Amino acid sequence: MIDLLALCAFNASYANAIDSEALEQWPAFFTEACTYRITNVENEKEGLPSGIVYADSRAMLEDRIAALREANIYERHRYRHLLGIPLVESARDDQAVARTPFLVARIMATGETMVFATGEYHDRFVMDGGKLLLAERVAVCDSTVTDTLMALPL
Amino acid sequence: MMEQTIQWKGPGLTRVPFAVYTDNQAAAQEQERIYRGETWNYLCLEADLPESGSFRTTFVGDTPVVVVKDDDGEIYAFENRCAHRGALIALEKSGKVDGFQCVYHAWSYNRQGDLTGVAFEAGVKGQGGMAKSFCKEDHGPRKLRVAVYCGLVFGSFSEDVPGIEDYLGPEICQRIERVLHKPVEVIGRFTQALPNNWKLYMENVKDSYHASLLHLFFTTFELNRLSQKGGLIVDESGGHHVSYSMTDPDAADESYKQQGIRSDDSKYRLKDPSVLAGFKEYDDGITLQILSVFPGFVLQQIQNCLAVRQVLPKGQERSELNWTYIGYTDDTPEQRKVRLKQQNLVGPAGFISMEDGAVGGFVQRGIAGAQGLEAIIEMGGDQAASSEGRATEASVRGFWKAYRHHMCA
Ligand code: FES
Ligand SMILES: [Fe+2]
Repeated sequence: MIDLLALCAFNASYANAIDSEALEQWPAFFTEACTYRITNVENEKEGLPSGIVYADSRAMLEDRIAALREANIYERHRYRHLLGIPLVESARDDQAVARTPFLVARIMATGETMVFATGEYHDRFVMDGGKLLLAERVAVCDSTVTDTLMALPL
Repeated sequence: MMEQTIQWKGPGLTRVPFAVYTDNQAAAQEQERIYRGETWNYLCLEADLPESGSFRTTFVGDTPVVVVKDDDGEIYAFENRCAHRGALIALEKSGKVDGFQCVYHAWSYNRQGDLTGVAFEAGVKGQGGMAKSFCKEDHGPRKLRVAVYCGLVFGSFSEDVPGIEDYLGPEICQRIERVLHKPVEVIGRFTQALPNNWKLYMENVKDSYHASLLHLFFTTFELNRLSQKGGLIVDESGGHHVSYSMTDPDAADESYKQQGIRSDDSKYRLKDPSVLAGFKEYDDGITLQILSVFPGFVLQQIQNCLAVRQVLPKGQERSELNWTYIGYTDDTPEQRKVRLKQQNLVGPAGFISMEDGAVGGFVQRGIAGAQGLEAIIEMGGDQAASSEGRATEASVRGFWKAYRHHMCA
């Protein structure tokens, strides 16, 4: 069975990939056909499907990282993810559904740190070739407001 | 009336004093002369108010406003400010109500913004109460004029502003109509907090010069069309604009061929180009249309990604950008999916627009201490006129033409 510890370990290395700026590793946490979306509580409550990021393939996530590296212009900054303990809704040998609270601080090149986002990941994990992967991660932000821009993934 | 504090050197439109983005007195004058002046301000979509009693709270400039639909099917708007002591009347962003009651002392209002009840108006046990002469009809939040055009709800504090269609002018009306020609529904709402004056964002929207220079997504991923036909419309007042372009089928063929040739040695291409796979939606072939209405409204068609944007000042050095993504009510599931995917292009994390959230802040920080200096807005000449080319700042000059008309009148 996929257990809590496995999910915690997964989330720890997921956060580490982003926070240590190893962004190229990030898409590999997802299955090839996957859902990754960033939205907010109000859209979720109303059932509105939009995302400020909306991807349905790992390739789209790879494209996003390539765009950040090659095309998009933004001030240098990094994140610090603090992830809570997953609330496991269901878990089997090959699949698990869980919600994990997150707090993401943004550290600007100027040295300033601020709370950038809090919310909850709504996740569906699968075992894929012996490896735990995300088939779906919806980052539901508590705030409806994004400061300036969102370049790095949550 | 307050003195004009900003010194505009000469009558031309090619120089903008940096002080307009920082001066507090100018900000106060904008509230009075622009937002409360002879302008129509976007409030919400008609689709946001589906039933009688549906309301939304919003802002005109910094003034809080309630927009609500009554049983007669009409939409009413009034200041979200209690006639008693000035507390907010409606606290939620949206909802459905029979009427409103202020939480502070329970004065109540109907959906048209009339004061209908004063708690303990006659006092308690013969003690207290309002004076006999107090007449509820004489008191109430200030009401706005409301105009609905193509499903867009606008409000105005002015008795003198022309009707909405005259305000927009025929060209802008026609360009709104081509997008909002059938019922829409909201598919998402997001807000971006911008670290800059609201005018810097509106200028950015009107600035067709920056697009291919700042936003490198298309060129980096070899997705740009080689020759695009298009143009720029600036209305008579200068305050409204449309920038549009269309993919030329012949040129597109050529560019596809070229991409095929270069793809072998090109490292960066989209691995999943479905983000850009669209469908033909309009007969005129226009694949991009950005439209703005003075002072702070934007209607966007970027391929099949449709959205309205509301720009609101939040003090001199902050502003708020409210995105409402829309689709048509008769979208097929496939069409809806295309819109959702193309939303990756715009918004706070948009491949071609995340930069727009940042550049305003770069200007705002850059102009600190530059009170006596001016920006140069001279690309494409000194006029605020329509043109076929888009390497011009004509619509930015148009914005200042309208701005100065309102501020100096
Ligand atoms: S402030 Fe609204 S009832 Fe007193
Ligand atoms: Fe832009």
